[in-house]
Amino acid sequence: MQVPETLRYSEEHEWVLVADGVATIGITDHAQEELGDIVFVELPAIGAVLTKSATLGVVESVKAVSDVYAPVGGAVAAVNERLAGNPEIINEDPYGEGWMVKVTLADATEIERLMTAAQYRDFVAQEKA
Amino acid sequence: MSESSTTGTLARTPLYDEHRALGARIVEFGGWEMPVSYRGIMEEHKAVRTAAGLFDVSHMGEIEVLGPHAAATCQRLTTNDVRKLANGHVQYTLLCREDGGVVDDVTLYRVNDQRYVFCVNAGNIAKDLAWIQEHAGEATIVDRSQATALIALQGPAARGILAPLTPLPLDRLKSFRFARSEVAGLPALVSRTGYTGEDGFELFVDAPRAVALWTALLAAGRDAGLEPIGLGARDTLRLEAALPLYGHELDESTSPLAAGLGRWVKLDGEDFIGRGALLHEQERGAPRKLVGLALRGPGIARQGYPITCEGAQVGVVTSGTHSPTLGSAVALAYVAAALAASGAALAVEIRGRAVPVEVIPTPFYRRPRPAAAAAPAAPESTEGGPEQSAAEANPAVAAPAAEPELDDEVPAPPSDASVELVEEVPAGEPPAPAHLEPSTAPAPEEGES
Repeated sequence: MQVPETLRYSEEHEWVLVADGVATIGITDHAQEELGDIVFVELPAIGAVLTKSATLGVVESVKAVSDVYAPVGGAVAAVNERLAGNPEIINEDPYGEGWMVKVTLADATEIERLMTAAQYRDFVAQEKA
Repeated sequence: MSESSTTGTLARTPLYDEHRALGARIVEFGGWEMPVSYRGIMEEHKAVRTAAGLFDVSHMGEIEVLGPHAAATCQRLTTNDVRKLANGHVQYTLLCREDGGVVDDVTLYRVNDQRYVFCVNAGNIAKDLAWIQEHAGEATIVDRSQATALIALQGPAARGILAPLTPLPLDRLKSFRFARSEVAGLPALVSRTGYTGEDGFELFVDAPRAVALWTALLAAGRDAGLEPIGLGARDTLRLEAALPLYGHELDESTSPLAAGLGRWVKLDGEDFIGRGALLHEQERGAPRKLVGLALRGPGIARQGYPITCEGAQVGVVTSGTHSPTLGSAVALAYVAAALAASGAALAVEIRGRAVPVEVIPTPFYRRPRPAAAAAPAAPESTEGGPEQSAAEANPAVAAPAAEPELDDEVPAPPSDASVELVEEVPAGEPPAPAHLEPSTAPAPEEGES
């Protein structure tokens, strides 16, 4: 399970990367492993305003449907259009090409309430136990 | 099923440790801890379609009906015609309630005229056993589920993998036939059946021998591309083949006629439990029909999603997935009979969004077969009529792994190979010349029936 040090993490297994007030959001390596082969991704409309913990989108594997929650609030600035035709990118590169949305942060301090890489590793270990 | 060494409330098959060692993801399924996947559902699915897969389905149940009254009891319990079963033949059939609702869909094995075996769904073992005992009449009922493991070997390479391991002449073991023999030196009942839409075998073995059989098969098949397959791909495989799954397409409030299983309901034959209700339904026409759907918009239809027509609900999805073979989303759904074949604009409601769907023929996937496999017999539908569902219009639908003509065949004469094969053969005394070439999968691309 990869957990890059530079990212922040939610308890619902999303990751967040902040740069210049814009948060890039995706699901973690652990999440994609748990889901298995991803075959469909539903993303919000650009301009949609998400509150923290609102449903940001849906990821479907062959077997199951999973909601993805907004780990931070803000307006949707961009969505990863490639996922519509190639949802398996999330399996292949969850922290890179498999990003899902970019959100203009409403409250930058929300980032501080997310887990660090070390905290997330512990969190996953506890969930498994 | 088999050795239900329970931990907490969940049962395990004798192969549980093998699954763990192979790195399987284990999930709870119907009270069992079962492997859902090993290397990924898509990859496993592809392995079965292109090479072969090995499935632990030991959670399924085996219930024997014994004695001089066995045939009569089986006939009373099931919708199909038990008289058509010869020794060594298997029949897909249904246990129905008096009101026609499905208690379970099962396969029925005739070992001899005083010994029949039901192979039943794991989640229904206790219910089926009680139902069968309640209607046993003078037959003796024995639950062999605990003592029996079941391993399925499926895919175009299955025959080539199995042939060198068994003295059975597999070219004489036709679809929906079985025989007692040995596999890898272990006594086993070899059945040419399955639940994937591919050629293949189901191997019944005493539970303590399951690990030895499993490991021998995996080793023997490695070079041919054999992979262990979890319940995830088992589901996508059976759904592509449009084989019903109890709890999805079938339950106690569902009639086999609505499910498109009329071919396995012999209303003009002997009496059976539920016949009256089903005759009545046949006269009136089933109010809803099971159909195959292709999604014409983004998303995946899942069990329980509404089917709508001009905004009004007209049906419900029973199973849906992303079809790994087709690369698109398909589903089975019950819809109002009048709309099933009407060409009406239907949609599936996915999280509040209406996604257009098209009724398409099932199965969604049909394996390539040699031309010699011949055209199936015309469907002897007991329903007919223009409202016939796409599923029923298509003879290959829903025959669990079936060559659809098989269970309708005239029983083979006593000289039939499978009859001699099924006689109990003492271990170490192969019944027949093992003259099969080690690996000749049926030639693909030759067109299908």
